[in-house]
Amino acid sequence: MAVDVRNRIAKRAAKEIHDGLIVNLGIGIPTLVADHIPQDIHVLFHAENGVLGTGPSPDPGKEDPALCNAGGFPITTVMGASYFDSATAFGMIRKGYIDITILGALEVSEKGDLANWIVPGKRVPGMGGAMELAQKAKKVIVLMNHVNKQGESKILKTCTLPLTARQSVDVIITDMAVMEVTEEGLVLKEVMAPYTVDDVLRNTEATLKIHAAVNTIE
Amino acid sequence: MKQAITKKNKIVTMEEALEHISDGCTLMYGGFGGVGTPPTLVQGILAKGVKELTLIGNDTGFPDIGIGRLVTAERAKKVIASHIGSNPNAGRLMTEGKLQVEFSPQGTLAERIRAGGVGLGGIFVDVGIGTIAEDGKDKMVIDGKEFLVETALTSEVSIVYAKKADSLGNLVYDKTACNFNPLVAMAGAFTIAEVEEIVPAGELDPECIATPGIYVDMVIPTKGVNWKWAWQ
Repeated sequence: MAVDVRNRIAKRAAKEIHDGLIVNLGIGIPTLVADHIPQDIHVLFHAENGVLGTGPSPDPGKEDPALCNAGGFPITTVMGASYFDSATAFGMIRKGYIDITILGALEVSEKGDLANWIVPGKRVPGMGGAMELAQKAKKVIVLMNHVNKQGESKILKTCTLPLTARQSVDVIITDMAVMEVTEEGLVLKEVMAPYTVDDVLRNTEATLKIHAAVNTIE
Repeated sequence: MKQAITKKNKIVTMEEALEHISDGCTLMYGGFGGVGTPPTLVQGILAKGVKELTLIGNDTGFPDIGIGRLVTAERAKKVIASHIGSNPNAGRLMTEGKLQVEFSPQGTLAERIRAGGVGLGGIFVDVGIGTIAEDGKDKMVIDGKEFLVETALTSEVSIVYAKKADSLGNLVYDKTACNFNPLVAMAGAFTIAEVEEIVPAGELDPECIATPGIYVDMVIPTKGVNWKWAWQ
């Protein structure tokens, strides 16, 4: 995916983040979200390798190998940050203290089922901390391409891959659209220009309800 | 003034430490993507030629970083971890049938290790219910809510990395290099700590000790990281 498309998705995701929240960002496009949060919004970023309050990347030469994020890259910390072991890092997650988690996905179903950890026989990276985050964060936002490399919809009636968590996803943001999982089903809320509602429908296998007032993101 | 207890000095050489790590043993290790994995002990295990290991830890590092070096050199027959994605050799060896891999969700893995370290038989967790992570596991209903029974994990030998140790084996960790280390230290039948700095007993602030020395059998000084980090 082109850098500007990735940043466009990240920028839209950043709008979901409000002042005072605790947020965990996954690897890939989710990592970019931090760059798009306005200065006057204060959030505490949680990294499951044991830090609450991660800050921007350090300047070159100032990296501390003992201070990294869950992706293994050097970070800094903000005022009020804390360090803890992995049991505590996941205790926070399981107890429901993470307000928002932003993850990538291979497939999402219209009921909010998430598949993002294994393609049996092909790619078996393991679930890492994704099961805890998807199942226990108050709000789960998925950022991904709308279709896979074969051009097939990644948003399905039912996931075909083994699940990470059932009925866990709240919002899906793709290069084409923003959708919300609701009690009434999956609702198309916004489209990313130049795509149209028809483009989105054509590329979505799941049943998609169209919101009364679909916004276009220019 | 308190008298420092010095009757047992746990500081040893790498050679003495490596006597406890042999073919076929269950080896638990601290670290997250190699951060907080003891580099000198990994090097020593490689050089000694130890093989057929069962490794238990968060991930399989990177191909040339952390515990990943042992995986890459095909010294492990089995790994229990939450993630192997950053070390393609682990996935390749698994596909070739040379490495058995058992996945545990990361928080569940941490608690299973902690449970093993504090004398529990297992834990009840609802993470993974409704996914293949529940396959083969017993379930328990507590107050009307369903949980998986996750068994405790222990090791014959645990290797950890810390910032400082004293001669009693009390350990102080450094930022995110802490991660699984305090849990792994507790879960070992025999625990070896590799540390950046060794001080006499009494020099560490008791408030800052994350792993009491009771859990640590041997301490060796580190020779430092001998790999390049992914970001370098």
